[in-house]
Amino acid sequence: MGRLWRFDEAINTDVLAPGIYMKSSLEVLAPHCLEAVRPEFASQVRAGDVFMAGHNMGAGSSREQAAEVLKFLGVSCVVAQSFAGIFYRNAINLGLPVFVLPALDRLPSALHDSANVVFDFDSAKLSLPEHKLHIQLDPLPSFLRDLILDGGLVQHLEKRFAILR
Amino acid sequence: MRTLAQRLISKACNSDQVNTGDIVVCKVDLAMIHDSGGPRRVKPILQRLGREVWDKDKVVVVTDHYVPVESEETKAIQLLTRQWVRDQDIQNFYDQQGICHVVLPERGHLKPGMFCVGGDSHSPTGGAFGAFMFGIGATEMAGVLVTGEIWIKVPQTILISWQGQLSPYVTAKDMMLATCRDIGMGGGRYQAVQFAGEAVRALSMQERMTLSNMAAELGAQVGLIAPDEKTAAYLQNAGVEMPEDWQDFCIEEAAEGDQKICYDAQTLAPQIAAPHSPENADNAQAFKNTRFDLAYIGACTGAKFVDLAAAASVLKGRKIASGITLKVAPASLRDQKRAEKEGIMQILVDAGAEFLSNSCGICAGYGADRLAENQVCLSSTARNFKGRMGAASSQVYLASPYTVAASAVTGRMIDPREILAE
Ligand code: SF4
Repeated sequence: MGRLWRFDEAINTDVLAPGIYMKSSLEVLAPHCLEAVRPEFASQVRAGDVFMAGHNMGAGSSREQAAEVLKFLGVSCVVAQSFAGIFYRNAINLGLPVFVLPALDRLPSALHDSANVVFDFDSAKLSLPEHKLHIQLDPLPSFLRDLILDGGLVQHLEKRFAILR
Repeated sequence: MRTLAQRLISKACNSDQVNTGDIVVCKVDLAMIHDSGGPRRVKPILQRLGREVWDKDKVVVVTDHYVPVESEETKAIQLLTRQWVRDQDIQNFYDQQGICHVVLPERGHLKPGMFCVGGDSHSPTGGAFGAFMFGIGATEMAGVLVTGEIWIKVPQTILISWQGQLSPYVTAKDMMLATCRDIGMGGGRYQAVQFAGEAVRALSMQERMTLSNMAAELGAQVGLIAPDEKTAAYLQNAGVEMPEDWQDFCIEEAAEGDQKICYDAQTLAPQIAAPHSPENADNAQAFKNTRFDLAYIGACTGAKFVDLAAAASVLKGRKIASGITLKVAPASLRDQKRAEKEGIMQILVDAGAEFLSNSCGICAGYGADRLAENQVCLSSTARNFKGRMGAASSQVYLASPYTVAASAVTGRMIDPREILAE
């Protein structure tokens, strides 16, 4: 069981990975993830938690630390109403599952911040066991699924080059 | 009907016809990386994969983010960058020559018909030259560097056409702030935005670059402009020829289902965007008398030669107001040299400007000049997200170089036409 971190506002790369820590390692950057909007996030997020955002999640720069830091902090999946293109590609390349939600106004009220949730990658389902509720997320094209299952682009290329050898 | 985006992609994936939504693998003509997201991030991945760069002549490396170095960490990043460039024998290396998106075209690397990727979100700037160029992250860049290929989903096009003529002191920056306001930061939905119409054709190449650059702020994948004689003249000046097939890319069409937006350039007024999003734009008039501390002419978006010239045209014979700081970071060394030659730098000096190096500077929120707590900045850059340019409590307003310069003179925000009409 994980916790749902719900952000209704647009979350951009500059709040996920603040510029001043970009010269540093992920370990140094991570405690500052989202500190401008939700200072307790980095210290309280746990493995298996689900990150939920509104429209244009990850807008802004191409810095992939914005996606990497969420994975590093244990986020198992990012769901949003829509994603910024570069963030979406980065997340998949880093093996972080990203899914588009059905429109927010139709989402159940149980999907509130800090709700208990379970995410299942294979079925692309987000569940709230206490409410016996399952939300079907928009499935990924199969080759993007494979990229994530391989663990990201680097692992995927390792496999490809191994076959070539 | 084929769009420019489709034409460019079909060339890159060597297919006669591509349709919106197709997923295709494209050959990359050029890959640009910079010191922040470049060698320090891709080197370990290439090592892990046991591969080298697929074609060193197609890779361009620029140092612009950690310039000047201000700590041991940034010194190490620059050292690593230079060593990697040497190890890989990459000749296209521009070390502290200016901001990547400005350096690339001025050195003749971008031409109509090319398919390019850049390790930076403002890579759509290359679209001003009729190239399909978009930003990617470092892991994906490493993938490109070892394979020379990348997959894309053929995007829809949004054709934004500007009819008529812009009024004096209204710029490409104002066009983009107004568009951000109207369609929002996610309004481009990773589509191919294409700029067209009389007012776009009338813009200089550097002004067109501002349009394409800020396609990133619309959430678009690319910001395309069909090539023309101005493109040819620019390339000639950069010492390269137009490709023979360039007229194949003179397309200003939308496909079925594509969105078209039409603007009347004549009625556009200078714009200012309030913190913390470019969407918060309105006529500069609406911000009249708003206080600020720092006027910043900087970034690939707002400190090219044309931008320096615009600021100077306001500041000529004028001085900045007491209590206001004006910082100028010319976007490239070449643009700075040209501005020096044409007396523009002297005008800025006389008005009271301070100068920063030819790099990203405050725009990236890196370095010693980053904004302090509660500092309010009026900036010619592209992005005013909370905390981006410094402290979380700092506030950034976006405007054109004319508006930034005029406001620096009066000490409060103002529509530049108010003082220029005097
Ligand atoms: S000047 Fe600003 S927008 Fe341009 S590349 Fe540098 S950080 Fe990005």
